[in-house]
Amino acid sequence: MTAPARAVAAPAAISAGRRGPRVDRVALHIAIVLIIIAWLLPTLGMLVNSFRPAADVSATGWWTALSPTAQFTTDNYVHIFNQANLGNSFLNSLFITVPATVIPVAIAAFAAYAFAWMSFPGRNLLFVIVVGLLVVPLQATIVPVLNVFRTVGITGSSSSLAQTLPFLGIWLAHTGYGLPFAVYLLRNYMGGLPREVFESAAIDGAGPATAFFRLALPMSVPAIAALTIFQFLFVWNDLFVAIVYIGATNGTHLPLTATLANLTNSLGGDWQYLMAAAFISMALPLVVFFAFQRYFVRGITGGAVKG
Amino acid sequence: MDPRILTAATVVIGVPAALLGYIWLVERIVGLAPEKRQASLRPWLWILPALFLLGFFLVYPTIATVIRSFQDKSAAANFIGFANYQFFFSAADTLVALRNSFIWLVLLTVFVVFGGLVTAVLFDRVRYEPVAKALLFLPLAISFVGAGVIWKFMFDYELAGKPQIGTLNGLLQGVGVQPAAFLINAPGNTIWLIIVGAWIWTGFAMVILSAALKGISPEILEAARVDGATELEVFRRITLPLLSPTIAVVATTMIITALKAFDIVYVMTSGNFDTNIMALDMYHQLFDFAQPGRAAAVATILVLLIIPVMFVNIRRFQAQEAIR
Repeated sequence: MTAPARAVAAPAAISAGRRGPRVDRVALHIAIVLIIIAWLLPTLGMLVNSFRPAADVSATGWWTALSPTAQFTTDNYVHIFNQANLGNSFLNSLFITVPATVIPVAIAAFAAYAFAWMSFPGRNLLFVIVVGLLVVPLQATIVPVLNVFRTVGITGSSSSLAQTLPFLGIWLAHTGYGLPFAVYLLRNYMGGLPREVFESAAIDGAGPATAFFRLALPMSVPAIAALTIFQFLFVWNDLFVAIVYIGATNGTHLPLTATLANLTNSLGGDWQYLMAAAFISMALPLVVFFAFQRYFVRGITGGAVKG
Repeated sequence: MDPRILTAATVVIGVPAALLGYIWLVERIVGLAPEKRQASLRPWLWILPALFLLGFFLVYPTIATVIRSFQDKSAAANFIGFANYQFFFSAADTLVALRNSFIWLVLLTVFVVFGGLVTAVLFDRVRYEPVAKALLFLPLAISFVGAGVIWKFMFDYELAGKPQIGTLNGLLQGVGVQPAAFLINAPGNTIWLIIVGAWIWTGFAMVILSAALKGISPEILEAARVDGATELEVFRRITLPLLSPTIAVVATTMIITALKAFDIVYVMTSGNFDTNIMALDMYHQLFDFAQPGRAAAVATILVLLIIPVMFVNIRRFQAQEAIR
């Protein structure tokens, strides 16, 4: 410290603390509000247009609907819901997403418990392989898996298995693809639970299954909740796995994302219908996101930063 | 009977029953084994379903894909050496996909890391931080397909003279500038598509960087300020270096995301107008051109590009384990 001027200036900076001088504060608020507006504008424009009459949508921009004389309607939603059979797609999305979330979370919990609290040869090496598998691109896996699925009859129009359980293939595929992250996240969380709890349970004569269901699972609820929401949103929003294992043209079994992608091609300029369809596909993820935001954020930071 | 009832029953009853039944069965089997063997047998049965699925869906097919990339498109899958790779590195279409994937890799990573850093630091200084974060983070909850539809409308272009209904062209018209065909004119259109990706992923980077930012002890920053450092100096000399491991995590995640990018381009341009990228090219080769060998070659190149990231991740994991 050589310059006295600096030393004098310092106390003022401290009294303003983290908050800084007034002009800076105003600039800060303006910058943040502008960023937020820019981020919301795309979605807002679309939301407004999905409620406007078709003639208005093609004639004027959505921002003109901010005037008090603008007209709104729910016709677009009714029309596209019936015309594109979105109710069926919605059910398909649910049928795909629920098992494709429950199965990997459960299987990962078994494996994570073994990785964290049982000792066996090769444990560390196997887990390092799991970490490596986190980044394998799905694209590199689909050709051989599709071949096996066809041979075994999990997919294919002539197979009776594919007729009775049309989503079996995509459940298993999402389970396989979701497992590296699931095992990684849960093992790191379960490994951090206090050792004494498991030791005293063992002394009291509790077997591993009891310790798993009565201790490890209840104590890992935050991590399991984070993972469940993460996997749910991932599967619900997935397009690639769905069109690969179900087929982009298999109308009866397509989830919402794939139906929406097809509509994007077929509807072309009918923006109002396309936007209504897009919002129907986003409704459930948005509800899940707002209801469980805390867990979702924890899942992301827990998985990426330290684990 | 509506087949969907059977599906629903499987979903609600069959799947949980099978999962719980598995552990019950495992414990019965382990119980049959001699007491000494039980402890060494049990862990393998607990991880067996995970190992089987990881092996079947990730390990085996990746190896098989690498082999497939050296074979032709016939059912007999004759070995043809590097012909599929030669095609990839010589055909104009695939070279465009390779170039675009590279642009995605660089720009998506830069946009997202920079955007996440700026927003994390700015939002950290206001009381309504949670609300601001949730709004910025929102696009991550919706599908890429939905985001594609939203942005297709943002970029909508009508011929000059007709009313511009797309948001961006409406803005341009408002300030008296000629409307632009954002998604048609190459190579700018790829950058507009990457901006859609950045719109989605910036919230992800912000959340992670913000968590790391809050982990920095305020005393260090305060000490620097007492010593006369300006806010910018504090950020450059202290905050940024302390955040750099986290920035590396975000950057590697984005590199992988960019290489795997598929949905946005599929929905918005289908790869037309020179916007093709590797994952989409692979899809077209496989399903539209019936060229599984060429598709496998594209996938193999993707794997090769991702392997360095895989090793970085493993090293980082091992370093974390060492200090646990």
